[in-house]
Order: sequence, then C-alpha cells, then structure tokens
Amino acid sequence: MEDLIKRDAAYGPSGDIVAREIEGEVVIVPLASGVGDMEGELYTLNETGRAIWRKLDGTKKVREIAAELSEEFEAPPEVLEADVAGLLAELLKRKMVAEKE
Amino acid sequence: MGGVTMAGKSYAVRVRSDRARLWATGRPPLVRLDIELTERCNNDCVHCNVNLPAGDRTARGREMTADVVGGILEEAAALGCLTVRFTGGEPLLREDFEDIYLRARKLGLKVLLFTNATLISPRLAGLMKRIPPLEPIEVSVYGTSEKSSGAVTRNPVAFEAARRGLALLVENGLPFVVKGALLPATRGEVEELEGLARRLAGADGTPSYSLLFDLRSRRDGAKNDLIRSLRIGPAEFLAISARGGPAVLEEWRALALEFSGACGDRLFDCLAAGGTGSVDAYGVFQCCLGLRHPETVCDLEGGSLREAMTVFLPKVRALRAADRGYLERCGRCPLKGLCHQCPAKSWAEHGTLDTPVEYFCGIAHAQAEAIGLLAAGEKAWGVRDWPARLERLASHKGSGPKTGRAAGKKADGGLSWKI
Repeated sequence: MEDLIKRDAAYGPSGDIVAREIEGEVVIVPLASGVGDMEGELYTLNETGRAIWRKLDGTKKVREIAAELSEEFEAPPEVLEADVAGLLAELLKRKMVAEKE
Repeated sequence: MGGVTMAGKSYAVRVRSDRARLWATGRPPLVRLDIELTERCNNDCVHCNVNLPAGDRTARGREMTADVVGGILEEAAALGCLTVRFTGGEPLLREDFEDIYLRARKLGLKVLLFTNATLISPRLAGLMKRIPPLEPIEVSVYGTSEKSSGAVTRNPVAFEAARRGLALLVENGLPFVVKGALLPATRGEVEELEGLARRLAGADGTPSYSLLFDLRSRRDGAKNDLIRSLRIGPAEFLAISARGGPAVLEEWRALALEFSGACGDRLFDCLAAGGTGSVDAYGVFQCCLGLRHPETVCDLEGGSLREAMTVFLPKVRALRAADRGYLERCGRCPLKGLCHQCPAKSWAEHGTLDTPVEYFCGIAHAQAEAIGLLAAGEKAWGVRDWPARLERLASHKGSGPKTGRAAGKKADGGLSWKI
C-alpha cells in the first residue's frame, strides 16, 4: 500500500474526519460512517505520526514533507519519505486522508 | 527523528476512548459534558424525576437556543471534551435537535443520546447512519406491552411510537442499548425485555434496569409522593436482586472492598476524578444533572464553561459537610461502594447537601448484610473492627454467595441495576 502513495502528490485530512489536538495528542474522530475500522473508535498517532500529520496541509507534497522533517530531525530523507508514505497508506486505507489537487 | 521512526510499525493507534487512556500525560479539563436539552417530555413516566409536559410553553421559552448550545459545544471541544451526552426530558422534542447534533459531531465530539425512541424519524435515523454518533444510543423502554407501557409512561401511543423508533434504529444499523425500570407495571416483564433486546439486531447486551428511584431534582414536590410510593424496601430489593444470581453478590463484595472507607466531612467523592460537567436546559452549569442546589450551580450566561470547570467546580468540590447527623453517620460510614448517598440525593430529598437519606442508607445496609459484612441490625458507622471485616470479606471473594442470591450494580449517579 505504501507504494501507492505518490511522492509528488499532496495529501490532506479528508472531509470524513475531524482531527483535534488535545493535550498534545492528535486525535482523529470519524465523522462520516465507514471511516476507520470499527464504529465508535478514535485514533491517535504516535510521535512520528504526529510530526508528519502537522505538515499534511493538502498543499505540501510527500517529498517536501520528508525533506522538511529531514532537516528538523537530522534524519536521512529516504527514511522519512518511507515514514510519510507509511502513515499516509494507513490513513488512506481508513479514508482519513485524501489526495488533494 | 531517526530514533522515533517506526518503519514497519503502525503510526495510527485505534483507541476506544471509554476504555483506554488517550493521553500519555495529563488529561483535559473536560472529558464528558452532559447537556439537558429540555426538561419537557412527550411521556409522563410515573417515576421520572425531571419531566415537564411536552407543551410547557414557559419551559420551552426559557430553553437554550441551538446557537447557545452550539457555543457551549465549541467551548467544550476547546477544553478537550470527547463526548457530549444529550438528555432531557426527551431531547428529540426539540425541533432543532438535528442542527445541534451535527454541530457536535462536526466539532469532533462523540454523541451519547438518551431517548425514549418515540420521536426517532426516518430522517433522523438516516442522518445518524451517515454521521454516526459513535456511542450506542441509550433507549428507555418502559414496558413491553401497550398496557404496561401506558401504565408507566401515561402516554397511550408511547408503546407503538417506541416500537417504530426502535425499528428505525435496527433498519439503519444504529447500535443502541435498552434500559428498563422495574416498576409495579413492569416487574414481571424482565424476561420479555431481555427477549426484546436479544431480538433487536442493533441492541447491545442485556438491558439495565432502574430500581431505586430519585425524588424530583427541581424539588417541585407534587409528584414526590407518587415516586415514594413506587420505591421498594430493602427486603424487596434483595428479593428482586436475587434474580441476578451469585454474580451480583460478587459485584457487591467487589464494590464494598474497592470503595471502602469513611469520607469524613468531604462531600464530593464522586467528583474527585473530575473531567465531567453538566449544563441544564436553561444554560446553568451543574456538577451533575441531579444536583441543582444553588451553591453548586452557576449560570453560564455570566461566564464561560472553562471558568465553570476550572474555577467554580474546584470550589464546589471543596465544600464540606456540616450537618451533625451526617458527620456522625455518613461521615463515619465505610459503605461508600454500596451506598447511593451523595449531595444530589440529599438535595432532592431534603434540600441540603449533607443530610443522610434514610432510603439509600437502608438499601446499602441490606446489601452489606447480604454479603456478610454487617450483622442484622448493625450500623456500619458503629463498627470498630472494619479492617478485619474487609479482610474476611476479601477472603470470601470468589467463593460464591454467603447468603441468598442477589443482583445489583451501583452505576453512574443513578440506580442502574443490572440483572
């Protein structure tokens, strides 16, 4: 699934969720039915996921996000690109993000 | 960042917010907010401690508008609230319920709806199918026949209307929970209600039952004599509880052991954990929906929900008991896990925060006797060897019932009682 994430595309939160920051946690609350795996569940992100999520504004491309994070965290861009694609793959599968024009 | 990359692992963690901690550190000031959207109800249940007539114009005219409710929801979300409970009265009496519901969901709040199901329309069920509440709907079903339903709700069309409403929930795949009340007209219907819940595809598990009824929370006493007449005594409570089998005695034992210890002059043990608040139909903040004592409420029109939660509520929590009878009995009583005594009960019964409520005291002592914690007629606050008794009780844990067969469960503010 990670391979399906386009490195030159921009992704952002889908209209089917509400993302909230509560006490430092990113909490993703399904809005429409069919989002996520089971009804009644919320989602939080791990530390890596949070750092990536905060950059998913629907305009930045996957490569750009990875490059920014690479500078901020002094980590190889290819590792971060894989992380961004990994998170997006998980969220795309659950309809929590969408590719933006 | 290299140290925190998670290649090969999951970035998104599924959380059931009611079962797990969402926050690694700390907790938001507000986790759940209860909003009483109206005190009006289209039913007139004999045991209800809130309801006003559906057509009560004065009440309706004073109710918060959808905009005011929306503003409170926004504040709640900003405070980190995850769940809003809409209750009443019957919240679906409000013509603007859909707007309020959508506003809450679009703020990322989960919605817990308390309803009698009679006003669930195809349109509302369809909306909740598309935008699910994320919490099972809690449906009060008072009577499994037209006759018993009519006797409890005093609304001749309630039974049929509730049946239509439940069918719409099932049709739309909306999860719900059935709640009953063991009243003279319904005490013989436990099996029918359980059967009904089993047959309905969206219903979750065994129904819970209200068994011990509260007096009117507005202290508008005209109906209190009726409610008192519906109350069962300790012996009948034990007899009815016996239907639940040995598991219930185990539950009582566990409660007695877990929440043992006198609270002295501390009144608000229930608020110790914090994180919850309530707003009545007219925009007045309350610690809980049952407690309307003037010292424990504040009008949100003159302040914010944040102030209510972070400034006002701690002051309420710090209130101390002064009543001599309370301090000599409840203040020294270790039956905290079994007794329903709290400021809200004291308020409804006596108009104070700290007067012992004999009714709940009697029930708690009967439970304590049933699990062998007290001898017949003994008063818990007079027991000197309490630690030794708890030790004996703990050693009995899991060894089956000591006396009789009983069932019951102290739950969230009310008297929910699970068979």
